[in-house]
Amino acid sequence: MQVPIEYYLILSAFMFSVGVAGVLIRRNAIIILMSIELMLNSANLALITFSSFMGNSIGQIFAFFVMTVAAAEAAIGLAIVIAIFRNKLTVNIDQINLFKW
Amino acid sequence: MPQNSQEILLMLPHVVIGVGIVISLLIEMYSKKSETILPWISLFVFVFAGVHSIINISANQILFGGMLEVGGKPAIFNFIFNIGAALLILNSIDYIKKYESNHGEYYILIQSAILGMMVMAGSKDIFMIFIGLELMSIAFYVLAGINKKKSSSNEAALKYFLLGAFATGFIVYGIALIYGVSSTTSVDSIIQNFSTFTQNILFIVGLLLFIIGFSFKIAAFPFHMWVPDVYQGSATTVTGLMSTTGKTAAFSVLLIILSASLINYNIDIFAPYFAVIATLSMLYGSIVAIAQKNLKRMLAYSSISHAGYMAIGLAAANSEAFSGIIFYLAAYTFMNIGAFGIISIIEKQNDANTDLTAYAGLASKSPILAAFMSLFMFALAGIPPLAGFFGKYYVFISAIEADLTWLAVVGVFSSVISVYFYLRLVVYMYFKESEKDIDLHIDKYSLLSVVVSGILVIYFGISPDSLLNLILSVVN
Repeated sequence: MQVPIEYYLILSAFMFSVGVAGVLIRRNAIIILMSIELMLNSANLALITFSSFMGNSIGQIFAFFVMTVAAAEAAIGLAIVIAIFRNKLTVNIDQINLFKW
Repeated sequence: MPQNSQEILLMLPHVVIGVGIVISLLIEMYSKKSETILPWISLFVFVFAGVHSIINISANQILFGGMLEVGGKPAIFNFIFNIGAALLILNSIDYIKKYESNHGEYYILIQSAILGMMVMAGSKDIFMIFIGLELMSIAFYVLAGINKKKSSSNEAALKYFLLGAFATGFIVYGIALIYGVSSTTSVDSIIQNFSTFTQNILFIVGLLLFIIGFSFKIAAFPFHMWVPDVYQGSATTVTGLMSTTGKTAAFSVLLIILSASLINYNIDIFAPYFAVIATLSMLYGSIVAIAQKNLKRMLAYSSISHAGYMAIGLAAANSEAFSGIIFYLAAYTFMNIGAFGIISIIEKQNDANTDLTAYAGLASKSPILAAFMSLFMFALAGIPPLAGFFGKYYVFISAIEADLTWLAVVGVFSSVISVYFYLRLVVYMYFKESEKDIDLHIDKYSLLSVVVSGILVIYFGISPDSLLNLILSVVN
């Protein structure tokens, strides 16, 4: 028995919403970074679902590109977080407030 | 493979910048004096790519099986990116010594960012849009934090990174939904079947997420919260690059997607969205800029309101609007790069002298800098014989032709408000006594860059037809 396409898409939409909520609610820079990764992975799930159900391989190739870019972004993001931790000894974005929001 | 070698020859500007990046990396690795050599290599690469693109504007072709477009509209964008970056390289030579981050990688990252923008402007496939966008954004995240010992630079990099990556999440999810409905990533085939796809709600949601992601990148109102902090905290030359060429690249992608409305005139589902963000950005940017004392922060809010003026064209979405937006982007790039160039000359170590008060009495200390700063402020405000006026004029005319007269009226109203804070700087320079004695060191390369931007702003203002005819020939 095959799982219907809706189940995958609802799961991916749910993951995306959890990611967006995480970015908006959490104050720790590392957790925000993890939430962004969750958003990208939910997009990967949707891409692979569509690709598999349509019998068209473009989506799977795109998912590889998204994973590569997510890895590059995580590397840059962690480097920036380390640089800021060395100066301020915190990664809470409420305390990184040199400029007024 | 004779055909492929021909294609590589056609995309020579991209190839030259790619080779420039590799050579710069090798020089950075093996040479101890890389920071004195690399500015000249990047300058050569940018000038070559910009001039080559504009000369070969009529050689419009789509390469690599419908992936990348060269010549035509992308050529105009490549000209804007490369000449803008070349002017900023001239500014950087002196500035990044003051900013205490005189490393070779600064120039390598600028070249990568510009290559990413060129890929974005020429993309004919969603793959290319995504790759170009990330190449540009990741280079910009690092450039914003180029001085890792400085708290303001760190903070700008963190804020830019978190919100930029958040926007990327929206864009990727939007691409997934667009692909799910259309089962292709080719922009041309998506545009041809646009009206059938728009009957599917998933496609509309996907496109909306995609456009929201790019609204972050163009710094329009509800998605603007990173702009003032990032523009104030980053190095002035980097801010100049982000606010002009970065915005131009994001607009080039929106123009590629919205060119669907040129083929099929009954598609105006996104006109209300762009009309709302245009109105809010124009008014918010102009009103909040009045309260700013820091010049970089003031220009950040002015950048938000300029994104609003350009978004009027996106709401109108006819061919006049598209050529108007491209003209506006070219004018905005050169006048803003000039303004940031002067800020970078006057700025001292530790972000000193970026306040309005530092400009009091500048006219008596350096008449030439004061004259050029006034020129750029008049151009940004949209005073007639300068390039900024014609940018606004073409966009407003297109709005009136698309029955959006109220948007043009709001635009004119907002321009009138913005005259106040642009001219306040001119008043400070000419009619106020300086409070403290500032020793002014004017670097000759920075001055050259300011003069060239000034000449371009005047030239596009006196004979706008020279640029507009070129744009019209490629838009239609």
